[in-house]
Amino acid sequence: MAFSLPPLPYSTNALAGQGMCQETLELHHGKHHNAYVVALNGLIESKGLQGKSLETIVAEAGKAGADGLPVLNQAGQHWNHILFWQVMSPKGGGDKLPGGLAAKIDQDLGGLAQFKEAFKQAGVTQFGSGWAWLIIAPDGKLKVTKTPNGANPISTGEGTPILGVDVWEHAYYLDFRNVRPNYLDNFLNKLVDWEVVETLLKQGGLKSEQSA
Amino acid sequence: MPATAARRALFLGAGAALTLALPRRVFAQAAAPASAPPPSGPFTLPPLPYANDANEAAIDARTMQIHHDLHHAAYVNNLNAALREHSQLHALKLEDLLAKLGELPEGIRAAVRNNGGGHANHTMFWGVMGGRGGQPSGELLAAIDRDLGGFDQFRTRFEQAANTQFGSGWAFVTVTREGRLAIQQKPNQDTPLMEGGRALLGNDVWEHAYYLRYQNRRPEYTRAWWNVVNWDSVAQRYAAAKAGTLTI
Repeated sequence: MAFSLPPLPYSTNALAGQGMCQETLELHHGKHHNAYVVALNGLIESKGLQGKSLETIVAEAGKAGADGLPVLNQAGQHWNHILFWQVMSPKGGGDKLPGGLAAKIDQDLGGLAQFKEAFKQAGVTQFGSGWAWLIIAPDGKLKVTKTPNGANPISTGEGTPILGVDVWEHAYYLDFRNVRPNYLDNFLNKLVDWEVVETLLKQGGLKSEQSA
Repeated sequence: MPATAARRALFLGAGAALTLALPRRVFAQAAAPASAPPPSGPFTLPPLPYANDANEAAIDARTMQIHHDLHHAAYVNNLNAALREHSQLHALKLEDLLAKLGELPEGIRAAVRNNGGGHANHTMFWGVMGGRGGQPSGELLAAIDRDLGGFDQFRTRFEQAANTQFGSGWAFVTVTREGRLAIQQKPNQDTPLMEGGRALLGNDVWEHAYYLRYQNRRPEYTRAWWNVVNWDSVAQRYAAAKAGTLTI
């Protein structure tokens, strides 16, 4: 088996009215994400990844530190983008969260407004390329965190993401240029599909169902 | 070019770029005005030493304008903000701040590393462009032959370093006081200055440096970049490095 680029769950122009233009999605999914998949497949044999799930590869590459980076860069980015496409939708946005997710955010993060502020802050302060996350920590609580480049909370051992936003410049440069805070506001207020996030919360995170 | 002429050229370039860029896409944000606010700290944004379209053979004017007026300006502003409460550091030169990161108050170390590095790197970057490519000569070419396997091999290896820097970062040619050259890649806004070294030249491979024209095709950008390198400026930096007067 090999890794594959999953199709977008919507058309490339589906988010254009919500701050993510068709060109961004075409490039981001068809070129950037695809390049990670191709590069990862190129490493399966030389790095002995055969038979392992994407999640296992990411976790092991993270534990290997600097030696694991060549694999983590590609495997992490493959996993990160699979989640990213899932948590956005043409019917995303708004402040009406499903009950279970809303209650959990209230309980663990002080409410939706406070969560959004923390999540935005994580994205703004991730210097250079990387991601901001909402994760289920090992103690079962929700937590906001950030990681550089292709890493993620699975590779760092921090927890299981249920929401992630890409803050590599390629994710927002055509739509927002240098103004990353506006991209993050737009993501939180117009793009996030909270139903998906609630489902991931109930499932205990995303299972990519991809393996080498 | 005298500073006033450079500033005039900057304004002309910015206006022209805006006119060209607008029909392509309606941006969510209006661009900030190019006029520099009064300095609110020890560091100021230097004007571009040429018009925004001077590097058109590799970098479009719109990218130059955003890159200088917004990205570089933000590094300067954030650096000044980090130093605001630390007046004892205001007399330090940028290269000394960066070489002594470990001695700075812990609370501002990351901010000085990122934003001071950003300020130094971009100032150097503007300074080594604005040319018409070609190749170096004399002592600099001899050093490239000696340390980097000749001009062709040097370019291949430098492009390789730039293309394989995963995520944001830079490719540099470092130069020692003895005139020795080496190729180095660094993440984010890290710089050889942090190790007390000197950059002879460097290419920015943050996506903001090339995304509007090249999108995901970084190797096309790093190949085209040679078209605008100013080898006279680089030769001056090389001579300054050997004389011990090269700063950032």
